[in-house]
Amino acid sequence: MDISFIAMQFLSGLMMATLLFLVASGLTLIFGVGNVFNFAHGSFYMLGAYLAYQAVSVWHANFWLSVLVASVGAGIFGMLAEFLFLRRIYGRAEEGGFQILLTYSFILVIDDLVKLVWGTEYKSLPRPTGLTGTAEIFGLSIPSYNLAIIGIGLVIVVIAWLVLSRTRSGRIARAAALDREMLGSLGINVPLTMTVVFGIATAMGGFAGALAAPLRSVSPGAGIEVIIDSLIVVVIGGMGNFWGAWLGALILGEVNSFAVATFPEWASLFSYLVMVLTLIFKPEGIFASRKIRRI
Amino acid sequence: MKKSLFNKDIIFWGLFVVVFGSVPFLKQSDYHLMLANSILIWGMFAVAFNMLFGVTGMLSFGQALYYGLGAYSVGLVVKNYGPSLFLPAIGLGVVLAVITSILVGLLVIRLSGVYFTVLTLAFGQLAWQITFRWYHFTGGDDGIQGIMPSGVLENHTVYYYFTFVLVILAIWFLRRVANSPMGLVLRCIRQNPERVRFLGRRVRRNQLRIYVISSFFAALAGGLMTGVTNSIHPDMFYWTTSGEVILMAVLGGIGQFFGPFIGATVIIIIQDVVGARTEYWSLIIGLIMMVMVLGMPRGLVGEIRGLKARFAPGRMSRG
Amino acid sequence: MEPILELQNVTKSFGGLRVTSDVSLSVAQGSISAIIGPNGAGKTTIFNQITGYLKPDSGKIFFCGQDITELNTRDIVTLGMARAFQVTSFFPEETVLDNVRVACLSQKNKTRNLLKGVDDFKDATDQAHKILSSIGLEKEADRPAFELAHGDQKLLDIGIALALQPKLLLLDEPTSGMSPDERLLTRNLVKKLWKEFNLTLIFIEHDMDTVFGIAQTVRVLQMGRLLAEGSPEEIRNNPEVITAYLGEEVL
Ligand SMILES: Nc1ncnc2c1ncn2[C@@H]1O[C@H](COP(=O)(O)OP(=O)(O)OP(=O)(O)O)[C@@H](O)[C@H]1O
Ligand SMILES: [Mg+2]
Repeated sequence: MDISFIAMQFLSGLMMATLLFLVASGLTLIFGVGNVFNFAHGSFYMLGAYLAYQAVSVWHANFWLSVLVASVGAGIFGMLAEFLFLRRIYGRAEEGGFQILLTYSFILVIDDLVKLVWGTEYKSLPRPTGLTGTAEIFGLSIPSYNLAIIGIGLVIVVIAWLVLSRTRSGRIARAAALDREMLGSLGINVPLTMTVVFGIATAMGGFAGALAAPLRSVSPGAGIEVIIDSLIVVVIGGMGNFWGAWLGALILGEVNSFAVATFPEWASLFSYLVMVLTLIFKPEGIFASRKIRRI
Repeated sequence: MKKSLFNKDIIFWGLFVVVFGSVPFLKQSDYHLMLANSILIWGMFAVAFNMLFGVTGMLSFGQALYYGLGAYSVGLVVKNYGPSLFLPAIGLGVVLAVITSILVGLLVIRLSGVYFTVLTLAFGQLAWQITFRWYHFTGGDDGIQGIMPSGVLENHTVYYYFTFVLVILAIWFLRRVANSPMGLVLRCIRQNPERVRFLGRRVRRNQLRIYVISSFFAALAGGLMTGVTNSIHPDMFYWTTSGEVILMAVLGGIGQFFGPFIGATVIIIIQDVVGARTEYWSLIIGLIMMVMVLGMPRGLVGEIRGLKARFAPGRMSRG
Repeated sequence: MEPILELQNVTKSFGGLRVTSDVSLSVAQGSISAIIGPNGAGKTTIFNQITGYLKPDSGKIFFCGQDITELNTRDIVTLGMARAFQVTSFFPEETVLDNVRVACLSQKNKTRNLLKGVDDFKDATDQAHKILSSIGLEKEADRPAFELAHGDQKLLDIGIALALQPKLLLLDEPTSGMSPDERLLTRNLVKKLWKEFNLTLIFIEHDMDTVFGIAQTVRVLQMGRLLAEGSPEEIRNNPEVITAYLGEEVL
């Protein structure tokens, strides 16, 4: 196994990790701040990919503009879903189960709505102009779009770090042990916060979907594949923990990338393998954020 | 109170035996028999699933794992060793399900709430992936067709009554479990697991027990279903299969013992009437789920009993 | 006679906060005693450690002569310890009878039974009814527990603990959230139960009438430390306790 092979796979894993992180961090954000588990998070990713496709192929928008359209669009749908449906079940007994059931129904509905609007064929996007070629680093030729994604990921991690450590809302978001009642007692407008956070999280999902669209074609049903990957990420990292999501994404991205190159046929099983190993040795995730239990 | 519980059961059992017992005499075609057979099997699956979800509060999104295991045990054994092993293969399926559910259960039960749901889903999808990829063993995406039981069971009516009796036994057993001290402990675990520990009970041990019991019947359902559809397919392991059994339970009412059976009946009939005419089946079940969760969280049976309780004197107890 | 419960230098911190600080105490068999102290003094945390819900950072806990420091809640309960909670803890959807009955069945080790109905266990059912009459909830037996008034829920919590036939019963603020009348009733009830069931009883309480009315021994916790221990008379006159906690008005 030569060094350039390892470097190539590492970079490709890093790119996968970036996309995974973008999706999973949205999932973990709503869970951490609002205690809402959005099972349909992957569907917003899928929606983002379709919106980007619509903007580029039908409206002939510039790629980066369509990424914006996708993020904003997914965010708006997310806020609507929260505002119209999810908030009706907050505070209900056994809310957790109902959250899953309700967001599960979102998956089913969004899947078919996407089918209605865009049909069942696979859709893909061309890479944005200027990033169609490859770049040479250390004698390796890497698709420049992949590098761009890694770069965007780094920028987002830095921004997230600044927001989380320097702002009041960031500190609130980071205290993953919060629940909605405690937010309320801090004098925060909880219903509004929930809607906004949901919007931000789903926008992140849509953003990831749009960025991924030139790399993997989308079709209805993509939502569930994505959500399972993100779930594995948060299981590895510890649910509700932002940096855990980052580490989980990195591990999963790299494992996947090397698995695809070495055992292409069985590559998809490796994610599960990592998950099972995590469960055996560190069931609450590597960066678990334990809720304070009081009686 | 004891009396009303008894009455309620009698109504269900009476209707159940009369309606399903008479299907072979009233059917206009074998298709009706097949439909009734599917309702029986899925009804049992849903009731067993609800012992996990409605009773113990464990929302498994991975019961398809055991359903598929039951079905593939029968399919593969019959394909490789002939239809005379149909019945032993059903037995093999449930044994494998018990072993698998103990191993998987030990891993997933360590976490609760959303984590539990997510992990059960992931294990289900893992099984689906393996089945899907392992082409030369499982037939991959093609599945396996032409799985028939042998001997008297080849006759559709005989097979129907065979499942009818098994389903009666299964539901009777689960009813006993629900009313037993263990059933009471399971309900208590859903409401207040911490307090159960302070009663000197092991919460996880009890959760594992019901997980295994529920998975046993999921595998039985999968095995029996192969005799109805005569084919197996990797989708039996797919998450939508788990989702469907959840929907049945929620539609019928997760707080009611027999609710999920009613839910299975309604879903299979809707699927038959509507599903054949539209490709937007998941939109329909998505909307049903949404309406149930937002508007009728107690399910059809729960809401009807709630209405009755409002107009009748005396109090209703949870089934 | 050897003490039923003994704590030796028990210490526990949360983060940097010492919530239990080198606490040693021993509780005589058959006694009734109180733990008092300001909010956040660490009273509930002591109960949590005694019942194995939390592990002490250091120190040892003995129950009936056995070292239980490393045991988990389940095993400690099986040895004969039961507890009622500050935040009332019961099974809201079950009937009042079943709330107590599940504890009776658990105590008799009958909860593994899959095929017999709950009603078939006559002795557990009878015992549950007996406990319900002891705590005065017999007429509520068939109501779901969530319908009870707060005061009755507190009693039900105690009833569930009693059904385990404990040697040692821990009550965390049995009268909290009650009206003055209910408090008086509960105070007399606790004393009655202590005698009727031959218990060793420790209770945490903020209501001083209850504390000084029924406790034989009072222990005062302050910031995780055991500040004083003695008869009600001694505690009432202890100058340290007065400045730290009781203030002037109780005198
Ligand atoms: N699981 C926990 N994690 C972190 N801190 C805790 C935990 N449990 C208790 N504490 C803290 O320990 C301190 C003591 O709490 P504890 O509940 O024992 O007090 P208490 O004496 O029972 O007070 P009160 O009279 O209000 O019930 C408090 O500051 C509390 O916030
Ligand atoms: Mg306390």
